[in-house]
Amino acid sequence: MIEESLTISKRTSNRFFFLIGLGLVLLIVGIFITMNSGGGHHGGGGHEEAAAAGGHHAITWVNRLFANLWLNNVYFTGIAVIGLFFGAIQYVAYAGWSVPFVRILQSITAYLPFGAAVALIVFFIGQHQIFHWTDNSLFDTASPNYDPIIAGKAGFLNKPFFIIRMVVFYGAWIYFAWWLRKQSLEEDINGGLSYYHKSIRISAMFLVIFGVSSSISAWDWVMSIDTHWFSTLFAWYVLSSWLVSGLAVTTLIAIFLKQNGYLKMLNADHLHDLGKFIFGFSIFWTYLWFSQFMLYWYANLPEEVIYFKERFGMYNDHYSWILLFNLFINFALPLLVLMTRDAKRQVIMLKIVCFAVLFGHWMDFYLMIMPGTLRGESGLGFMELGTALIFLGVFLTLVTRKLTSASLIPVNHPFLEESMHHHV
Amino acid sequence: MTNKKYILGVYDDEDVLLHAIDKIRAAGTKITTVFSPYPVHGIDDALGIERTKLPIAAFLYGCCGLAFALWMQIYMLGFDWPMIIGGKPHIALPAFIPVSFELTVLFTAHGMVITFFIISGLYPRIKVPVMDVRSTDDKFIMAIEVQEGKTDIKKLDTLLRDNGAIEVNEKEVAK
Repeated sequence: MIEESLTISKRTSNRFFFLIGLGLVLLIVGIFITMNSGGGHHGGGGHEEAAAAGGHHAITWVNRLFANLWLNNVYFTGIAVIGLFFGAIQYVAYAGWSVPFVRILQSITAYLPFGAAVALIVFFIGQHQIFHWTDNSLFDTASPNYDPIIAGKAGFLNKPFFIIRMVVFYGAWIYFAWWLRKQSLEEDINGGLSYYHKSIRISAMFLVIFGVSSSISAWDWVMSIDTHWFSTLFAWYVLSSWLVSGLAVTTLIAIFLKQNGYLKMLNADHLHDLGKFIFGFSIFWTYLWFSQFMLYWYANLPEEVIYFKERFGMYNDHYSWILLFNLFINFALPLLVLMTRDAKRQVIMLKIVCFAVLFGHWMDFYLMIMPGTLRGESGLGFMELGTALIFLGVFLTLVTRKLTSASLIPVNHPFLEESMHHHV
Repeated sequence: MTNKKYILGVYDDEDVLLHAIDKIRAAGTKITTVFSPYPVHGIDDALGIERTKLPIAAFLYGCCGLAFALWMQIYMLGFDWPMIIGGKPHIALPAFIPVSFELTVLFTAHGMVITFFIISGLYPRIKVPVMDVRSTDDKFIMAIEVQEGKTDIKKLDTLLRDNGAIEVNEKEVAK
């Protein structure tokens, strides 16, 4: 009676493949455009380049391709791992309200194995295009490139340890996602409380591991791009960006399922609570953004403030509008649109905000990754659109495949009945 | 001073009470209020109580707080007594944001509490008539105001009892 199984029509899954195909075509077109126009470009910003990182390699379409691959992989990996993180929080908090979308949270983790593969491949091939510190001569005292600051970080920022961390983190996340899902699926068949109690223990273990791994992955995958620079709250900043995106994806999938006649037990009260989380974490993101910004602005130390200089004012104001746009779309828009109770209960308002913050946080990662990799020569064109579409298509294919593989409602979840009567 | 007279239906079960509210309202009787030892889910909807407009007031208080904070800082540090702090401009907006945030919250919180007291008619040393002390323990008390000449007390008594009231009492309250 309560059990619902999703079927994805051939047309829909073809659309996802079409997204991937379209992305590939756009990417190739973009590469050709960049190849033909890239040569004349990089002469202009020479002095700024030197100020940025010390690297003097010309920026070509290869750099741009790898930066884009890395950007999208970090973004979608974050969304996927938030499914696991938020789901684990629901277990340890004994939460009842979240039962209708437990399976959505489990399903968005389906991207993780693909993300792990892409991360490893991109790192092995494109490490020099993305990470300045992978240049061995920086650590060699005899070399003219020797950089004492980066060399001082060698105990942490070295390739073997970096790869070990990446493999361990992805491995742990994939394993815990599989382990939690296994409990949930067996609970569907056998019922009883034992699976729920075991899920709580697994979730508690995962949350401890995630506390460390989310921080270090943010330093490794995003912050180490600007190798000289560091921020003590950067890990939280990345986590908050991931959280908002992950919750927006969960909400959107729930809304689309509901509008296609699935998830009958999901009502405005559940959406209201999801809306509150998106609203709250958007403000949390802004709080971290501002905390990071204000201390650097106030202290005005050259080695710290360079991060914001690059993103606001430098490179002929290349990134300035994005910085302001991010504050608008990730803070002002959700704050004002989702402030009232009615807005959080209306599907159309939630949809507008979810799409907006998903784009906004993609742009947030763009602003974190691009200035350190491409300096003033990044763009928003066919290459960016194409890569994003490929990843989106893959993400949707993997997630919907996982969604169809089990009932959309965990039929023997102990809080199923409570969630049906959820009322705020 | 006239006294107000109430018919009090005493209930001892939440579900019975919620169904009774629906039926009694459907019968055309206006329920003044219900006293309950704890918040009952869905009772606001059942009683037809409109949602509070307090959030709108809160938003306006917040805007006042924000405007006041910005005006205060810009006027004080920019015009009245300009000082150079940390080599920053006199009107340095990033430095103003924490204070602006705090004053927004302060105005919103105090404004909401004061407004709530005023619209609820609460003031110091107010005497609140207690309809039935058991509503602070384990009973739900439904109060229906008796309008002289209009309300049929006998009929109301049976209506309440038919819908699960364990007792029906009358109480006069000095206005």
